Amino acid sequence: MTQNLKIRLSLLAGLLSWLLYAFFDLYALFVAKYQLKVNLSDILPQIFLTTFILSTLVFYRYQITKADSINFLDLLWRVFITGLVTTIGSLVIKLFFFVFANSAFSQNPITINFFYHILVGLIIIFLVSTFVVWKRLILYQKSKNLLQLWSFFEYALLGSLIFDFFGNKFFTVNFNTVLIFLSGFSLILSFNLKWIAYLNFRQKWKSILFILLSGIYVYHFLVSLTDFSSTNKLSIDVIDRIYIDALFVFIILYAGISILVTLFNLPTSSVFEQKLKEAIDFQKLSQAIPSGQSESQTYDILLDSSMSAVFADAAFLKFSDEETTLCRNIDKNTINEIQASVKHSSVKAIIDFEFGGDFSNNKVSTSLNHSIFKSIIAMPIIVKGKQLGVLVLLQEVGDAFNREMVDIIIAFVSQASISIENFTLISEAIENERYQEQLKIAKTVQNSLLPSKLKFNADFEIVAESNAADEVGGDYYDMVESNEGIYNFIIGDVSGKGTSAAFNMAQMKGIFHSLVLQKGSPANFIMQANAALGMCLEKSSFITASYFQIDTVNKILCHVRAGHCPALYYSRSSNQIQLLESNGLGLGILRNSEYNQFVVEEKLNYHDGDILVAYTDGITEARSSENKLYGIEGLKESLAQYTSKSVEEIKSGIIKDLLVFLGDLKIEDDYTLSVIKFNSESNG
Amino acid sequence: MVNISIDKEGGSNLIKVIGEIDASSSIKLDDALKTTSDAGLPIVMNLEGLNYISSAGLGVFISYLEELKTKNIKFVLFGLQPAVKEVFDILGLNQIMNIVVTKEDALRIANEA
Repeated sequence: MTQNLKIRLSLLAGLLSWLLYAFFDLYALFVAKYQLKVNLSDILPQIFLTTFILSTLVFYRYQITKADSINFLDLLWRVFITGLVTTIGSLVIKLFFFVFANSAFSQNPITINFFYHILVGLIIIFLVSTFVVWKRLILYQKSKNLLQLWSFFEYALLGSLIFDFFGNKFFTVNFNTVLIFLSGFSLILSFNLKWIAYLNFRQKWKSILFILLSGIYVYHFLVSLTDFSSTNKLSIDVIDRIYIDALFVFIILYAGISILVTLFNLPTSSVFEQKLKEAIDFQKLSQAIPSGQSESQTYDILLDSSMSAVFADAAFLKFSDEETTLCRNIDKNTINEIQASVKHSSVKAIIDFEFGGDFSNNKVSTSLNHSIFKSIIAMPIIVKGKQLGVLVLLQEVGDAFNREMVDIIIAFVSQASISIENFTLISEAIENERYQEQLKIAKTVQNSLLPSKLKFNADFEIVAESNAADEVGGDYYDMVESNEGIYNFIIGDVSGKGTSAAFNMAQMKGIFHSLVLQKGSPANFIMQANAALGMCLEKSSFITASYFQIDTVNKILCHVRAGHCPALYYSRSSNQIQLLESNGLGLGILRNSEYNQFVVEEKLNYHDGDILVAYTDGITEARSSENKLYGIEGLKESLAQYTSKSVEEIKSGIIKDLLVFLGDLKIEDDYTLSVIKFNSESNG
Repeated sequence: MVNISIDKEGGSNLIKVIGEIDASSSIKLDDALKTTSDAGLPIVMNLEGLNYISSAGLGVFISYLEELKTKNIKFVLFGLQPAVKEVFDILGLNQIMNIVVTKEDALRIANEA
């Protein structure tokens, strides 16, 4: 059976029961009046009255559970409305007897009983529905004991329905015993009023109003019933029915106690509401981050909930690293005034971001000597042991903040701190992961940019080594044979480090490979490279480069230095090392044709055993643990020792010397070292 | 770390740099040059206290060269330490920038018509 069907069936049964009750009762009166010989049992109207009560009970039982289970005010509203409708019904009956007060018709027992049946029907509807509502309220947050007690009470009431068949009159001994017993039970049960605590201030006033009005209905019904009872013309007087009386007693007791308890709870309801709000705010704070909200939203929640928790008149949140300050009911000037007027040492330390780490009550709150604000709480916001900011709460009244308020603010702030800490940890982890991924890609790209093997012929040998400090470097070298026997070597250093330097290096490589095929002079190459780079480099980026053209046919080394570290040239015939430091300007420094006037090409004839060492500033700018620069001198001295060795030995010798110089330190910058050794004799 | 201050002296904006300029501190140098290039007065930089400059720092200098030239603002550096001077020289900046030894020379050049 569905809920709806049960409701409809019980409604039908109730209606039918009432009709039968009214019919048989009136019929019995009719029979008595005209002394008809009809054998009709007196018990029938009684049975139908009982089934009417039971049907109503079933009806409301389903009806009320269905719609409202926690909304107390709706339940009370239902009582109020049911009462209103039934009272209006009973008033109509009263009006009838008032209008026909002296006519024979209104004195007729059948008429009286008929209207009495209607009244009883209305009263039972009101009593039963109110009973069910009271039941819902009593059983709100029920315990096992309470549930047992209530079941016992309900069975006792049902039992009283059977007791009523015995026709005990009001005020007989049996009647009173049972009534007192049920009343006692009602009284015990009436002290279950947990729902009242969940009403707010407004709702409490409303419920008092509804219950009071319901009380008036009850009074009106009792008066109406006794009026009818006093006519002595009733065949069944419901006042003599213990079930009805017990319901009246129970409803009146519970309503009375409810009103009293609600009244006494009125002054404390704001405190309860406050605590509930605090708990909700606290939950909001701890959920702020997981639900994907940002740091600033967390701060907003913190500020607003802290203010309402301690009834602050104004508040602000200041951060140590930012200019922004979150304000509520206060402006920047007043904030400065307040900061100036704080005398209390530890509160001052917190506001000035010099918090010592000691959280005690009297150390975060103090009174204030300010024209508007007289009390202050200053709470440091600490994330990862660092004070990120300060939360300041202000009150216009002196000594406004007590220990409890400070405690709740401490709880709020630490919850917010945890949220923010988690947030930063997560974003840092993601950021780091992303960065590592980028580096991996950039490193792969960069490795593919440097040549795996350098071309050379019988006239010279070349080796090169490059190392990136930040995984990805900005050093570049390459070698292309443009014509038969003409070798073009470039070494370059892109400003900056990391990914952006590597991308600029990729551009450099593109430019080198396209321009080298034009077979121009080194000067031409540098000029065109500058023009090309001027269009694609960022404003603050530049590239230093040295370009060497080795003409193995004519045994000439031609070179241009574009702002790069001067290369070392060892001449075997003189046993001297000279610097190839012709004038030049870094690529991208001047981005117009003016640049060309700074390009200087130098040529020299190379001989057997001569050595060219080209490098980037990672080598010469390396610093020892005593902060001493390795410099060109260091490199020169190192090279001097290895002039008779092979290119590979020279290279590893220089690097070994550099590492010895550095001691425990590492080379901080990207560095590249290339060694070319000429071998012109071999050609004959 | 770097400490940069701006003062007015002899009709020029005098920027004093103390410390090291690397990628992170070059932002401060950029700020100082931005402020002074907007002011329109000749710019004189005291680099006596500059111990080190990275390529990012040099990039900041370079990025202002063109702007200052278009605005016709004189830009003079003085008091470079040998190591710093060498960096400027290798890059070729000595050819296109006014780099002098003393403050007097710097102010004189800055105020030349």
